[in-house]
Amino acid sequence: MNIVVCVKYVPDAQSDRTFSDTDNTTDRVGVDGLLSELDEYAVEEALKIVEASEGEVTVVTVGPDQAADALKKALQMGAHKAVHVKDDAIHGSDAPATSLVLAEAIKKVGTPDLVVTGMASTDGTMSVVPAMLAERLGLPQVTLASELSVDGGQVTIRRDGDAASETIVASLPAVVSVTDQINEPRYPSFKGIMAAKKKPVEQWALADLGLDASQVGLDAAWTRVDSFTKRPPREQGQIVKDEGDGGTKLAQFLSAQKFI
Amino acid sequence: MAEVLVLVDHANGTVRKTTAELLTIARRLGEPSAVFVGEGFETVAKETLAKYGAAKVYRVEAPEVTDYLVAPQAEVLAQLVEKTSPAAVLIVSSSAGKEIAARLAVKTESGLVTDAVDVQAGEAGGVSTTQSVFAGSYSVKATVTRGTPIVTVKPNSATPEESPAAAADEVFEATISEAAKTARVTESKPKAATGRPELTEAAIVVSGGRGTGGDFAPVEEFADSLGAAVGASRAAVDAGWYPHTSQVGQTGKQVSPQLYVACGISGAIQHRAGMQTSKTIVAVNKDEEAPIFELVDFGVVGDLFTVLPQATEAVKAAKG
Repeated sequence: MNIVVCVKYVPDAQSDRTFSDTDNTTDRVGVDGLLSELDEYAVEEALKIVEASEGEVTVVTVGPDQAADALKKALQMGAHKAVHVKDDAIHGSDAPATSLVLAEAIKKVGTPDLVVTGMASTDGTMSVVPAMLAERLGLPQVTLASELSVDGGQVTIRRDGDAASETIVASLPAVVSVTDQINEPRYPSFKGIMAAKKKPVEQWALADLGLDASQVGLDAAWTRVDSFTKRPPREQGQIVKDEGDGGTKLAQFLSAQKFI
Repeated sequence: MAEVLVLVDHANGTVRKTTAELLTIARRLGEPSAVFVGEGFETVAKETLAKYGAAKVYRVEAPEVTDYLVAPQAEVLAQLVEKTSPAAVLIVSSSAGKEIAARLAVKTESGLVTDAVDVQAGEAGGVSTTQSVFAGSYSVKATVTRGTPIVTVKPNSATPEESPAAAADEVFEATISEAAKTARVTESKPKAATGRPELTEAAIVVSGGRGTGGDFAPVEEFADSLGAAVGASRAAVDAGWYPHTSQVGQTGKQVSPQLYVACGISGAIQHRAGMQTSKTIVAVNKDEEAPIFELVDFGVVGDLFTVLPQATEAVKAAKG
């Protein structure tokens, strides 16, 4: 069973995330970045599957130089090899272009039995790349798994929907996204950290994927950010200490605001 | 006037409020045409769709469309986009809605905006969207520059306005490819109904966190006195105290109600990402240093096990 996990390097959610003043793209240089937390669940799930059978986990990312940090973390966790697609022309790519580059990279790796992703990136949070990948690769799409099993050429997942808990089945190869409910990602061990230094990281440019600069990047994006505005901090409201009448005061506030 | 396609979100014909919101937004951009997939149109849905301004309704009855998750719905919409050349396609920003939109965008080579909180006609034609990003700390305006604007819109982004229209329906014969029928639902266990409003659609949400210690009774009773939905922080969900489908935050639901009440929730960035755009925010927490108090319009530093029951009684008394 060979698995490709798509991962993303994102600005740390604990830092002051912002946009570039020059082109309205997400600032990935002036802000500390890391492997998107939600992608750790995808790496973990892939590792569990190959550990229970056999095969290799390849992590793939599309991003600037610093995105190598995201790959490094995944390799430290136990992934076998990594692919870093980087090319100056990719800067500013939207989700359709990113999914195009990822899809071509996955084909070049050799279409695996499973493509695993996280449920969303923690920066853009669109949750659309898994569906776009399935569309581009022509593979079944099985998303938001909170349980996953692979058996006899099929993948079966459980998904907790609002109205129902569903069991979904698809034949392999397939694209699967996993939620943060599916497992508890491991911390890299000392051994894992040392071993990661020797693992292969391939670097591919657009030309290696048969893509042209005109297909990606800010100029080729199908949407344009016209402006970004920092939301003014919420004005500190009224805070009362409960001295036996906290609940009454709360109800009075709600009444004054016409919620009752 | 160009058509604006609105994918109807419904359960056996009962149209969700989010669809009324989308129809209301669609009227700013052109003439709303609803796309109705499944059963229950004549008996239930037609009246609602007509009331909120659907001039036309494209009905897709093929059972294979509903049996196979999102891929067939994306094919239906792609074929309708080709047939009608709409000014935009509007879909609710649910997980399924975003996936349908994603596949539709690739199929039609069209720009996609997800999680819009506002949609207006653009100055130079087209569509201008507003999104709230980075845990609600920025507001972003964007335009689709290629193809048919495909926009997924968050619940509560517009107040549904009635505007009676014909809802003239026609059956649309969509062609569903074999490739779209590869992932199928083999079992579906319905969740027990709580009788409370749906979390993302509710006007009031009351959430509980670590401070409940696992006892959600005071949170639920307060919510019920207000007719509110009940949410939970990730800490409460991870502890197994409340179902994951009720989680508010980055990896759960993003809610934007008129009133959000956080009970025993400290207010980590991941939680803020799910509720920061609420109109009015109230918190009850024992810890006066809790970051949630930086966001609130009104806060009570106190024990939720005494504050909430007292507030519940006061609300009930006020409502008579």
